Amino acid sequence: MTALINIRNLTIGFPKGHEANVVVRGLDLTIHRGESVALVGESGSGKSVTARSLVGLTGQGASVTADVFDIDGENALNFHERKWRQLRGSKIGFVLQDALVSLDPLRRISQQVSDALGNGGLFSRRDIHDESLTLLNSVGIPNPVQRLPQYPHQLSGGLRQRALIATAIAREPALVIADEPTTALDATVQKQILDLLAERKRAGNTLLLISHDLAIVSRLADRVLVMRNGEVVEEGPTAEILSAPSHPYTRQLLDAIPSATSRGYRLAPDLGSVVSSSPAENPAVIGQVERLKVLLPAKSIDPKRKMLRVEHLSKHYGSGAAASLVVNDVSFDLSAGEALGIVGESGSGKTTVARIVLGLVKPDAGKVSIDGQPWSELSEGQRRAHRAGVQLIAQDALSSFDPRYTVERIVGESLDSVAVFGAERRRRVLEVLDSVRLGPAYLNRHPRDLSGGQRQRVAIARAFAPRPKLLVADEPVSALDVSIQAQVLDLLAELQAASGTSLLFISHDLGVVHHLTDRVVVMKEGRIVETGNVDSVFSAPRHSYTQSLLEAIPSIA
Amino acid sequence: MSVVSTGTPLAGFNGRQIVYSALRRPGLLAAVVFLLIIAAGTSWPQLLTSYNPIAADPLQAQLPPSAAHWFGTDQLGRDVFSRVVHGARYSILIGVSAVVIAAVVGSILGLFAGLARGIVDEAITRFLDVVSAFPDLLLALVLISFTGPGTFNLIFALGVASIPRFARVVRAQTFVIAESGYVEQARTFGLTPAVLVLRHILPHAMAQVPILATIGLGTAIIGAAGLSFLGMGPQPPIPEWGAMLAEGRNYLRVAWWIGVWPGVAITLTVISVSVLGRQWQAAFEGRRQQ
Repeated sequence: MTALINIRNLTIGFPKGHEANVVVRGLDLTIHRGESVALVGESGSGKSVTARSLVGLTGQGASVTADVFDIDGENALNFHERKWRQLRGSKIGFVLQDALVSLDPLRRISQQVSDALGNGGLFSRRDIHDESLTLLNSVGIPNPVQRLPQYPHQLSGGLRQRALIATAIAREPALVIADEPTTALDATVQKQILDLLAERKRAGNTLLLISHDLAIVSRLADRVLVMRNGEVVEEGPTAEILSAPSHPYTRQLLDAIPSATSRGYRLAPDLGSVVSSSPAENPAVIGQVERLKVLLPAKSIDPKRKMLRVEHLSKHYGSGAAASLVVNDVSFDLSAGEALGIVGESGSGKTTVARIVLGLVKPDAGKVSIDGQPWSELSEGQRRAHRAGVQLIAQDALSSFDPRYTVERIVGESLDSVAVFGAERRRRVLEVLDSVRLGPAYLNRHPRDLSGGQRQRVAIARAFAPRPKLLVADEPVSALDVSIQAQVLDLLAELQAASGTSLLFISHDLGVVHHLTDRVVVMKEGRIVETGNVDSVFSAPRHSYTQSLLEAIPSIA
Repeated sequence: MSVVSTGTPLAGFNGRQIVYSALRRPGLLAAVVFLLIIAAGTSWPQLLTSYNPIAADPLQAQLPPSAAHWFGTDQLGRDVFSRVVHGARYSILIGVSAVVIAAVVGSILGLFAGLARGIVDEAITRFLDVVSAFPDLLLALVLISFTGPGTFNLIFALGVASIPRFARVVRAQTFVIAESGYVEQARTFGLTPAVLVLRHILPHAMAQVPILATIGLGTAIIGAAGLSFLGMGPQPPIPEWGAMLAEGRNYLRVAWWIGVWPGVAITLTVISVSVLGRQWQAAFEGRRQQ
């Protein structure tokens, strides 16, 4: 029996100026029926373009060449758009990363599903309705009768992603391609989606999974192809790749996953003072297949000095019947030099707590004190003088930079509050940029010209520049690839230990929290459900919610 | 995934590129050239003509266009070309001044409304609603009927009438930018509200004002000429285009050139300014989409 997908020596290039920019080079890919295969690699490795070439959506101007390019025994290399259209949906279904973007916001779920079911007069209106219900049921959407007439924005993130999967499998395609299907989702929702895909796999469906995270694919894929810079560096059965990677880059990807075992160690090889755009160019890494067990500098925690104390904090938004309590009687403290994680799903109130700690939102009740001094009761004018001591690292670094500013002005501005100007300021800016491994060449760059990881490093440099006592990091790595996340986490841990700054780290990712922080606070619906030492909370959770969160972490086991 | 990046980078322009893109858009090129001539006439009219635009010479009255008098002479024997060139100063300056008043006052009002919100915003917005409920020209006429005709009163009336256009845009932008991540971040640095506004909010909120002003300039020039035509602006013998048009109207049958040339000047100036403004706007929006 022939393979469903049989591709030999696939090369994809985009014209860029006069020369062609090759993004995929000499790729071989075979997918048999009933098999599930994963393409893994960081942004720019060519994994998404490869997937798109399977449905003829590489975009205008792309040149796709291959020795063999067979889809279900047919040579698809010279397919016309018409032929591709017949193939999409019926033979190959495509699930995109972000359901909020991929579903039309102005069309009801019923319309989107019936669009996907196809027309041709094959179904009567009643048939389409029944078919849609069955479809939504099959992807585990509860109460589908109620969901059909709704619009995408009325669905939660998990339901949206399910609806998107429903449209992809509507015509029972032989192959479903899922491109980062869970990247934007909370841990528990991510688990539901992965379970759904796993169930389809058990039912004998064929799956091509695209991800930057080896942990996610480990549960689903039979076979893994690791891609870097447009080439496959390693290929093999999942268990083999995960337990005994033969290529240093695969090792690097595995090491980059933050977890309990990575605590206290670096996740990525040091970027070095001279920064290369990709870790692959770092010569120290090549040839290193064993785990790099490089210790992070030790922290010095002073448990007697409470840098942050939060007492009985409450905050509600809205008024009257619509009022909702987002933060409900929250208390915790943070010692000097310590790192405290706040964990919870979207809507658990963790970001509101961060904003109250930063003095950007006034609490309804309760108080915040910093280093023994009152903070939340102060007027903004009184607080201003002390603001340098509390710094923020935001989730989206780019939007936290004034677009007109260069890196030098962005980092330098945080020194306004400590009145450091002129040559002194320049020296400090260079110093902190160097500590995040960005050289003087970056001083005059604009943030939009930087990569995601570089932007987050600039944000870290800016936060450390005025030597704060307390650093609040709100999901600082959730938008980054695993390998970039590893670099950023290493820098954060290193600088925090070196400076003795206290860190309040907010995240939905338990692996990251376990890796980085000393103590953890678990929040649900505005309340703290559990708090304690990271190791004890994560190894022996007392609250059922913490248990369910922990079960949801995809881990390499 | 950012693999597919076929967009051209924002490269710096060089001279050849500018010439090339100008030749591809002859309309834009013509508008720029014409406005440069107008600018020369505004700043240094003697460069273009040697005749006195005000001194009457009855012996030379109503001469048709000739080599000596390119645009002919008017009913009092004044050189029409000289009057059109000197008139640029009045027409353009009235237009520009009115737009500057509108832009400055409008931006300040918009910024205040956007920052203060609540009752201040409500008050300012209602005031703007009242102002824009009247057509611009009608409102200007009403204001002049209180203040009396004259150059300054004309500028004031036209300026007030176009305040809402600027205030609305700046207000909306201020709303968006005050909520942005970098303003929040700047607050955590302990910047005072004044510094925050001047450094991070105002420059972004004002980004579209120069473009709006250029587009509004055309309207203001037409408005100025129209009101002068009705006798509300600079008084004779000042060579203002609208006033010249009004004088020329009576002689249209016997000496068409007295009225037609100022009319042509108004038309071409307004078209050129609009072409330039729209082009700028398109370029700005294209840049924002990137």
